[in-house]
Amino acid sequence: MAGPAISVAASMVLGGVLIAAIGRDPFEVYQKLFVDTLGNTYGIGQVLFKATPLILTGLSVAFAFRAGLFNIGAEGQMTIGAFGSAWVGFTFTSLPWIILIPLCVAAGFAAGAFWASIAGYLKARFGSHEVINTIMLNFIALALVSYLVNNIYLVPATIHTPEISPNAYLHRFDELTGLFKGSPFNLSFVIALLACCLMYYIIEKTPTGYRIKTLGLNRNAAVYAKMNPGRLTIAAMAIAGGFAGLGGLNFVNGYKHYFEIGFTENAGYVGIAVALIARNNPFAIIAIAVFFGILEYGGLTVNTIVPKEIVTILQGVIILMIITLTRYFDKKLKLKTA
Amino acid sequence: MDTLLAIRMENITKSFDGFLANDGVDLSVKKGEIHALVGENGAGKSTLMKILYGMYHPDDGIISVHGNNVTIESPSKAISLGIGMVHQHFMLVDTLTVLENIVLGDEGTFFLGAVNYKMAASRISEILRDFEINIDLQTKTGNLPVGTQQKIEIVKLLYRNADILILDEPTAVLTPQESEDLFKTLRELAAGGKTIILITHKLGEVLAVSDSVTVLRRGKVTGVVETHATDVTGLANMIVGGVMEQVLRSKTKPGDKVILNVENLTVKSDKKTTAVNNITFSISECEIYGIAGVEGNGQTELAEAVCAMRSYEMGSIRIEGKEINTDIPVAHIPADRHKHGIVMDYTLTENLLLGRESEAQFSSTVKLNYESAENYTKELTEKYDIRPADAGSKISGLSGGNQQKLVAAREMSKKTKLIVACHPTRGLDIKASQFVHKTLADEASAGKAVLVISSDLQELLGLCTRIAVLYNGRLNAVLDPQQTNENEIGSFMMGLNKN
Repeated sequence: MAGPAISVAASMVLGGVLIAAIGRDPFEVYQKLFVDTLGNTYGIGQVLFKATPLILTGLSVAFAFRAGLFNIGAEGQMTIGAFGSAWVGFTFTSLPWIILIPLCVAAGFAAGAFWASIAGYLKARFGSHEVINTIMLNFIALALVSYLVNNIYLVPATIHTPEISPNAYLHRFDELTGLFKGSPFNLSFVIALLACCLMYYIIEKTPTGYRIKTLGLNRNAAVYAKMNPGRLTIAAMAIAGGFAGLGGLNFVNGYKHYFEIGFTENAGYVGIAVALIARNNPFAIIAIAVFFGILEYGGLTVNTIVPKEIVTILQGVIILMIITLTRYFDKKLKLKTA
Repeated sequence: MDTLLAIRMENITKSFDGFLANDGVDLSVKKGEIHALVGENGAGKSTLMKILYGMYHPDDGIISVHGNNVTIESPSKAISLGIGMVHQHFMLVDTLTVLENIVLGDEGTFFLGAVNYKMAASRISEILRDFEINIDLQTKTGNLPVGTQQKIEIVKLLYRNADILILDEPTAVLTPQESEDLFKTLRELAAGGKTIILITHKLGEVLAVSDSVTVLRRGKVTGVVETHATDVTGLANMIVGGVMEQVLRSKTKPGDKVILNVENLTVKSDKKTTAVNNITFSISECEIYGIAGVEGNGQTELAEAVCAMRSYEMGSIRIEGKEINTDIPVAHIPADRHKHGIVMDYTLTENLLLGRESEAQFSSTVKLNYESAENYTKELTEKYDIRPADAGSKISGLSGGNQQKLVAAREMSKKTKLIVACHPTRGLDIKASQFVHKTLADEASAGKAVLVISSDLQELLGLCTRIAVLYNGRLNAVLDPQQTNENEIGSFMMGLNKN
């Protein structure tokens, strides 16, 4: 973990130079960034709220990676999954929470899984590359839900669907415990943590996970062991898509209680960076997602002293620095031990 | 110093991780002759030539070119000494013309970096005329047949003033007509004073085209002869060697019940050429059926088809009467262990699970029983003497021989009716080889059918109850090991002596 730590430190220094270059005091900005995010329970709640979908999209990308597949489609899978959860939530309004919440979770997973398995099927059946497949499906997903929202489920004068039944709410910790006062941090975080355990279990404990790992590490060996790469590709994409599909719960069931176009805030793409830095380790993903949560929410808090664009640039630079430097330090360490 | 010698290599020694690829090898090649370098796979031919071409550096030994002692530290040094090599895989750019390909890398620019194609073309035309080679310089290279592409490679070397040409298995990719044409060109080149070293394991070619022969076996020279003074039998003897280290005779008696039944099987290679061509055979319980052949004659495709890894065009493969599918377990020791047999990033235990992860002793449908797998790994590492015997460490830390022992252990301990073993002892030392042989024989005695594919004829003669020879995708002969010998099998393997 020395590599990532050095990378984070180095990227903060470069960020500081950038801030100084526009004539602001980097120490003031960083101080505000960290105090406002981690200095009080409201800030921590906001950070964890931002981190929740990133954990799930990170898991999605990481899971596909373990099968040797590059899932660029978490964004679309999350969108479709969120719509699925919302649809269940505003359609079956009379169901009690004990049925409706699991149903929303299942719908989110299933819708995301279905969407990703299309990309998996195209790859398995026709050999078309999953990167292209998933990017195209992202566009289609976005257009599809816009159509559904704008033409069928629209609440007039808004860009969102009707509200889900209160029985489908994943409650805020604030309401449940009084902690994280005022922040939208909610129970979907627990679902995200359970999803991490699920990924770990599937990969490390089940025969299917073993086969998926084998496919990712040595495709020839998987063929030799008669593992049916086509079926595994579809299965791996489906599970990956399912994780991304759960990413919508945070917004739909935990926060606004409706589906809204553009709610993802690029969580699907940020998830790629999360998975990359966490090396596809489901538990490291939690830490990295929280770090990204700090950047995202911290970016909002320092908005008052530095322009929004600078914050976005800063975030991008930090992410790039971490990815590049981590690799660099890995190589150095390897050389030393070799 | 004999100045008539183009190449003189003395006492060349080269080892890789303790394995002696070349062990005090001497090679003398006269100027203007075609010298064949023959031997089995792994005999050290390619290593010796890569040393001569500067790709490897010898641990010991002296090289002299045209009577001068030299150190060849790189291929560019070799080229400057007039030594050129045509590799098995051509290094041509398909979309460039023949002229551009020949000039590529030695453009000799004359003005503002522009290439003087006119001058180059006239020099190349001269070369083509001198050696009676017919190629249109303006054609796109990718459109030309393989035989012509190979000649372009040769012309490339001549254009760089090479007078010693090394050809590595040049006919491997050629049709018989193209081969004949190539030999004609080689003779022209030799007559024009060029020296040619031909690496091959096809004895027919050696006899047809070469002036003299050096035979390598297990890194040592086992014969140097003038071609006119030898024949196929004589060469085969030198190639496979006279005596066996240990007499191995399996005592298993084939039963009546047929386990594997292959009928009219035709299988295509990855390149969509016919690799296995309409063959029929069957193996009974308690039988060890050997398939001999020079590598690349359809063995891999046959094994993969029988193990349900590769689809086939025609015919049928049945195990105990049932058409094969991926659900029928087959023990399979693959020819290329690293590519198919193991996952380098996995531990010994994880590798032991490969292909066996569905077995009840290792898993329920939702949970793998790693503990049981680990105990089983410990059992097998002890039984097969796999070292280091740490079930939890990565297999990449094991030597090649130990990795192979793990593959053999995993496959032979499977509960199957059929074992397909491809080169089961390649890379193993004598003790481990004998253990694998004994285990295969024991499994056969216990009622299994065993298919052994190997180019080690001693292994096949000692182990098998029947030996078939695969040549060009066809079974050229089926022999009784009691009534045949290496020379006879060898000549069938070379495609001679067809019945």
